[in-house]
Amino acid sequence: MTTLTPQAPTTPRITPRPGVGGTGIGATIRQSFTMAYRGLIKVRRTPEQLFDVTLMPIVFTVMFTYIFGGAISGNVASYLPIIIPGILVQTNITSSIVTGVQLREDMDKGVFDRFKSLPIARIAPLAGALLADTVRYAIATTITFITGFAMGLRPEGGFGAVVLAGLLVIVVAWAISWIFAYFGVVARTASSVSGISNLVLFPLTFLSNAFVPADTLPDWLRWFSEVNPISHLITAVRELVNHGAVGGDLVFSLVGAAVVVAVFAPLTVRAYMRKA
Amino acid sequence: MTTTPLAVEATGLVKTFGQNRAVDGVDLRVEAGTVYGVLGPNGAGKTTTISMLATLLKADAGEARIFGHDVRREPQEVRRLIGVTGQYASVDETLSATENLVVFSRLLGLSRAESKRKSAELLERFGLTEAAKRPLKNFSGGMRRRLDLAASLIAQPPLIFLDEPTTGLDPRTRAQMWDTIRELVTTGSTVLLTTQYLDEADQLADRIAVIDHGRVVAEGTGDELKASIGTASLQLRLADALRLDAARTIVRQTLGVDAVASPEGSRLTAPMAEPDRVTDLLVSFRDAGISLAEMSVQKPTLDEVFLTITGKPTTDAADEDAQRELEGSIA
Repeated sequence: MTTLTPQAPTTPRITPRPGVGGTGIGATIRQSFTMAYRGLIKVRRTPEQLFDVTLMPIVFTVMFTYIFGGAISGNVASYLPIIIPGILVQTNITSSIVTGVQLREDMDKGVFDRFKSLPIARIAPLAGALLADTVRYAIATTITFITGFAMGLRPEGGFGAVVLAGLLVIVVAWAISWIFAYFGVVARTASSVSGISNLVLFPLTFLSNAFVPADTLPDWLRWFSEVNPISHLITAVRELVNHGAVGGDLVFSLVGAAVVVAVFAPLTVRAYMRKA
Repeated sequence: MTTTPLAVEATGLVKTFGQNRAVDGVDLRVEAGTVYGVLGPNGAGKTTTISMLATLLKADAGEARIFGHDVRREPQEVRRLIGVTGQYASVDETLSATENLVVFSRLLGLSRAESKRKSAELLERFGLTEAAKRPLKNFSGGMRRRLDLAASLIAQPPLIFLDEPTTGLDPRTRAQMWDTIRELVTTGSTVLLTTQYLDEADQLADRIAVIDHGRVVAEGTGDELKASIGTASLQLRLADALRLDAARTIVRQTLGVDAVASPEGSRLTAPMAEPDRVTDLLVSFRDAGISLAEMSVQKPTLDEVFLTITGKPTTDAADEDAQRELEGSIA
């Protein structure tokens, strides 16, 4: 039944008060930083979420160095310049999966409904979450290098090159986290996000030059390892850390990161809005 | 019908999830400055309707305007005019009350200092100052709902959606929440709330839409709705179940309505529009030698409103009459 008589929309439009929300560039950046602030409070409240970027790098570095060191480079000391950049990239990119998983968990909570109902830029909740996670990458990077130093790594590139290499890895991990953020938005459950992501990432990180020089691999595998973008990133880090050199691999890594963001950031925001 | 500005104007809203038409052509008109109640059982489509009005879901069909702004074409404008309080507290568990409000304030464009001031002011107003620094994990359900509501008021939106604001709260907390909602209206806000409780809609809302299976099945003021089903029902339990038919006849003669016999056979339920005539009924029973084991008066429950209005599952003639009557009373 209906008791409503159709009526022309003569309702006077009420305009919102000025200054509420906004979607301009300045407002978007400010909102993203607010969302990142929220993410950081959450990290501070649940420090156990940081296991993968604190303990994992230590365990991996120590374990792989002693297992493979003698076999691949003759001794541990000469293996460190090879393995540390490998572990660094692997840990950072693996921890960028967590970004997608946590985003999924977060989106299942009622608070995301409120974010969607606010007059803010649609990208802000996503960008904020990803921004906050760069702190995780920074922790993983610092701990990996410290473990390396403790085990005897003496980077020839110097301190500046190490910092630069760390920044490079953090930037690329942030870029790649957009891929997992996309999985996070489209997937139905958090566990499926980590399932899919690990399936993609495990072969990518291991079938690279992270742990062994590519020339020890069979031909077909060497081909894959050489085109694998992760190998290029690892090579870029090695050149920086061990020789202080900036080469084509670094440019390739940064361009690759930019392409990933250019493709996946809009995809993710679109998927997020469709779900909205 | 009216020249008052409409806060909500929705026509023919439809939302389908797979095979399920969750919202199946809902029309709503909410006048500015009033409290409008959307009453219905679980799964009736209340939350889905609110989600569409609040730009959280896209409608499959139909139109909706908030203060004249189309929710589909001008979602950002609409979002600047509304506050949404969800069915489950939409605040951040791991953050403290203050942090929650500061984050929302900052998102809405308030400066750092303004955000702090606004948060403190709202916490004070909702009696949460003492708990301001505690993480929300230790909050009671009522505190969480109050914080949730506080978060919706940061930008002082002219329209506030409250999705089942008191579901799961104990009676005392519920009463506090009601007071808070009444206060909102005195400050000039329009409130659209959903509820499962007739009582709550009755207490708070100026007008009520009863919604079932995604459709508005009745609309009117609380009094109109209640009048349509009789204000209360009379429940009689006979000492001798064999006299049931005789008792029904007497009810029909004195009250002029059909009493419904319960399945176990000794109980009669009859709508009681005029309490005065119950005296006549009891006298008639005594004259006929029918003795009662028990007599009680039951206020209308949502179930009965439903049974009466939808005519399901008992499609009695009385129900259809009541529905006609209801339609007549609000047309």
